[in-house]
Amino acid sequence: MARTGSSRSAFPPDWWARGAWIVLLAYLLYACAQLELTPARFAAGLEHGAKFLARLFPPDFKRWELLVKGMVESLQMAIVASALGTLLSLPLALLAARNLMPVWASWPARAVMVVCRSFHPVIVAILFVKAVGFGALAGILALTVASVGFLGKLMTEAIEEISLKQVEAVRATGAPFASVVSYAVVPQVFSRFVGFVSYETDANLRNSTMVGIVGAGGIGGTLFAAFQRFDYDFVCAIVLTIIALIMAGEVLTVQVKKVFKA
Amino acid sequence: MSAALSVRGLVKEYVPGRPVLRGIDLDFAARGITAVIGPSGTGKSTFIRCINRLVEPTAGEVIFEDRDLVKLSRAELRSARRRIGMVFQEYNLVERLSVMENLLCGRLGYVAPLKAWLRRYPARDIARAFELLDIVGLGEFAQARADSLSGGQRQRVGIARAVMQEPKLLLADEPTSSLDPKTSVEIMGLMQTLAQAHGFPVIINIHNVELARRFAERIVGMTGGRVVYDGPAARITEAHLKEIYGGEDWLE
Repeated sequence: MARTGSSRSAFPPDWWARGAWIVLLAYLLYACAQLELTPARFAAGLEHGAKFLARLFPPDFKRWELLVKGMVESLQMAIVASALGTLLSLPLALLAARNLMPVWASWPARAVMVVCRSFHPVIVAILFVKAVGFGALAGILALTVASVGFLGKLMTEAIEEISLKQVEAVRATGAPFASVVSYAVVPQVFSRFVGFVSYETDANLRNSTMVGIVGAGGIGGTLFAAFQRFDYDFVCAIVLTIIALIMAGEVLTVQVKKVFKA
Repeated sequence: MSAALSVRGLVKEYVPGRPVLRGIDLDFAARGITAVIGPSGTGKSTFIRCINRLVEPTAGEVIFEDRDLVKLSRAELRSARRRIGMVFQEYNLVERLSVMENLLCGRLGYVAPLKAWLRRYPARDIARAFELLDIVGLGEFAQARADSLSGGQRQRVGIARAVMQEPKLLLADEPTSSLDPKTSVEIMGLMQTLAQAHGFPVIINIHNVELARRFAERIVGMTGGRVVYDGPAARITEAHLKEIYGGEDWLE
């Protein structure tokens, strides 16, 4: 044992940490072996990828009507879902704010948000496709659920950070609760909410191009169909359009924030 | 003449068994300024907040307009608060609203929430707000955002907001503590003028004994959660101040 003077060490070995590193490395090697992730497999994959890339170009915009129809649907789904999500999140966030509400109100509201946030929008979309059938409605509902999860959480945190002095002053005038909210709470959080909603619209735009893969409307369905028919040049056209749309959305949200001085 | 406000046996314990207010009994006449002085942490702010129940009293009565405020339901309390104006140390204006909107906050107790949200106030309220803005010397600032004003200007808005309520009582919690000496005197003078013009009594928590002597008719000295002096402002002596604040070195 390292008790005697002759065996004093400035950097005593930490056998637990060393052991942990070794176990981690061993597991990584084991997992790679299990998944047949060998250098040979990787090289074969690269070769296949090169062929795929070659077939992507040049992009084919001949079926632009189909493309535009899908993109417009995605855009509409994203905007409708963001609006619905915002409308639902506002009262929910107010209920969940622990500085304004008693525990019996904030807990259930928080639980709803956590459930909404638990699943990826695509999984929620699969559920809604089964529940309400194929098409944009399922996509809108799925994106709305995701929006409530995130907007609700962000808005709740914003409300919990407000200055209670302003609330106290308005309360002291004998204002009813609704007026306390509209005069002392909303002015303090409004510009932040605009920021959150534009952020969430951005996220919905991204997700709305994806939920179509499981049949919930939008460009994703077209994209998936093109993949399955090996129309890779059309796939490329769709992907480029999605990138353009997301970038346009980015520019638009910056402008929206400027207008509301967020 | 009956008192505008009677406080009976007021006790407040934030932590059970450790009272901050140990039984306050005070009557306030329908006119005049009462200054409450005392060392920091002695419960002055708690006392003033127990009157309009921004802080819930643990025990005691607060009789205002023949009703015990402590026993009122939420709705009844809101209706009573409409007639009690309040001015705060840090002004507590809604910073992102305009000066006009802040003044109209004083009418929120009378205007339905939807109408208030749409800014549909009775013409009388708006006329009165402009009138008060002129009186407090901020006629030009109606559309300015509250956070663009200086401290003195903000406190003027705070006072105007309280007077918009047409109060039967004005509570002021250290209204001059965040202001420079000259502005402090102006703010005290403004409250005095408005109190005389509109005929409401004022209860002011204040740290500055000189200001209290100058503007108040009556001084209440508190220490350790109890009233240790209650009398005319003119008759408070160094001996009283020693009892209120403890020690004497600071009086030199």
